[in-house]
Amino acid sequence: MKDSYRKGIVFSNTEISPNIYELVLEGNFQGIPGQFYMLRSWEGTDPFLPRPLSIADIDSGRIKFLYEVKGKGTHIISKLKKGDGLSLLGPLGNGFDLSQAGKIALISGGIGIAPMLYLAKNLSGEIHIFSGFRNNAYFLDQIRPYVKTVNIATENGSLGHKGLVTDLFDPGDFDLVYACGPMPMIRAVVNICKARVPVFVSMENRMACGIGACLGCTIETVRGIERVCKEGPVFKGEEVVFND
Amino acid sequence: MTKVDILGVELKNPVIAASGTFGFGREFDEYFPIESLGGISTKGLTLNKRDGNKGIRIYETASGLMNSIGLQNPGVKGFIEDELPFLESKDIVILANLGGSTIEEYLEGIELLNNTSIHFIELNISCPNVKEGGMAFGIKCSSAEEIVREAKKVAKKPLIVKLSPNAENIQEMAYSCVKAGADGLSLVNTFNALAVDIYRRKPVFENITAGLSGPCIKPIALRMVYEVSQVVDVPIIGIGGIVNWKDAIEFIMAGATAIQVGSANFIKPDIMVDIINGIQEFMREEGIKSLDEIRGII
Repeated sequence: MKDSYRKGIVFSNTEISPNIYELVLEGNFQGIPGQFYMLRSWEGTDPFLPRPLSIADIDSGRIKFLYEVKGKGTHIISKLKKGDGLSLLGPLGNGFDLSQAGKIALISGGIGIAPMLYLAKNLSGEIHIFSGFRNNAYFLDQIRPYVKTVNIATENGSLGHKGLVTDLFDPGDFDLVYACGPMPMIRAVVNICKARVPVFVSMENRMACGIGACLGCTIETVRGIERVCKEGPVFKGEEVVFND
Repeated sequence: MTKVDILGVELKNPVIAASGTFGFGREFDEYFPIESLGGISTKGLTLNKRDGNKGIRIYETASGLMNSIGLQNPGVKGFIEDELPFLESKDIVILANLGGSTIEEYLEGIELLNNTSIHFIELNISCPNVKEGGMAFGIKCSSAEEIVREAKKVAKKPLIVKLSPNAENIQEMAYSCVKAGADGLSLVNTFNALAVDIYRRKPVFENITAGLSGPCIKPIALRMVYEVSQVVDVPIIGIGGIVNWKDAIEFIMAGATAIQVGSANFIKPDIMVDIINGIQEFMREEGIKSLDEIRGII
């Protein structure tokens, strides 16, 4: 039997950039890069659903999550203090394929940077990260020790290249690409890489159960309708069917 | 102690997984033995496989959620071939939830299910998320009556009709279905509801409306179960926003023989185990030997 929700204790919960928080919990948690947990830190039924958060790191009795405060649930989570408890279900879904080596590009957009630290730490090969942000960059200082180059794009030009992260990288330079970010970025990355370099993308969607039962988080793939929480969240880029 | 009887089928307890929230049990069986449940109502089946709806499918609301899954399912044959053997390997009562767009589709589905080991057919005339069908049969008594009468003619399994809270009049609807041959009733399905994306200035859902479930609908669902229990004598399965054992007992006291837990499965995969344990504990504390003692007691 898998564990149902179990308890984690907050070690730290820090705003590392406006509205972006890093939550570290104490407890023995497992998982590979790209997998996620469902989190719940409130009693009662409002908010009703737990919140899915990607694993940002796991290290000696601690697990880290990086999240953006977007709605009621993440707002409540952002108020947690050291010593507070919360409930976690996971690890869930299928993570990134870590068996690959060579010259690897990690591409993130906004909070899509969340799984990249843990991914960079667990990949062998020469890793380069390309991160796009709206205005403020974050989390890259932690990733820097594990990558050869850090390449930044901001939409307002406040840091690095002014424009989109997809302007920055040439797929011809790499053997493999991993991407996580908003749908337009994922679509652009898959298009750029098409027929040139294999790309793995981490998809996101609204989720209810997180375990594959409710069919709320489905996407269209070349195999048919699949669940982000169960068959994903990581898919091969060429398998995802982009509709809009 | 918690055993209940529905139309001659014994359930270990009154707690049934509600259709559409529990798949075919596989995912949940990894978290707790689904054999501990009173029963399972399958994901809503249609004669032919369906991919379901496009666009946003899930939207959270205050103490509830809206869904527009659109009956994504493997079709009745797919269910019989690929999912039923798993359920048959478990000691569990199976309600096959069946929807459709036309009467013919329903009847063909029933005929296929007749020759299987399922215990009940739960006739879904209440799904708000598919065009031309589902709920269309569950709003007006005359159309519900017609489909239930035809279904009853071919069904070799006990027929439980799942009612929509969107029916014009829930008591008349219940009465019409029973008159047409329903062996039991389950209620309620989701409430047809709307959410607006104010930045896009459009409905959140592609189908405009979607089905609302969760604790926010519980008091209305409970009222409907109570009202229906006043006008029919068949077993009633109460559904609507049950998240704990107290909610379950309320439904039983309002007249339900058994209950279904739906959206709550999303907040904790083994929540039904807590509900079953809570019911047992309550019965022990209150000296209740059988749920028959408190059914409809209000």
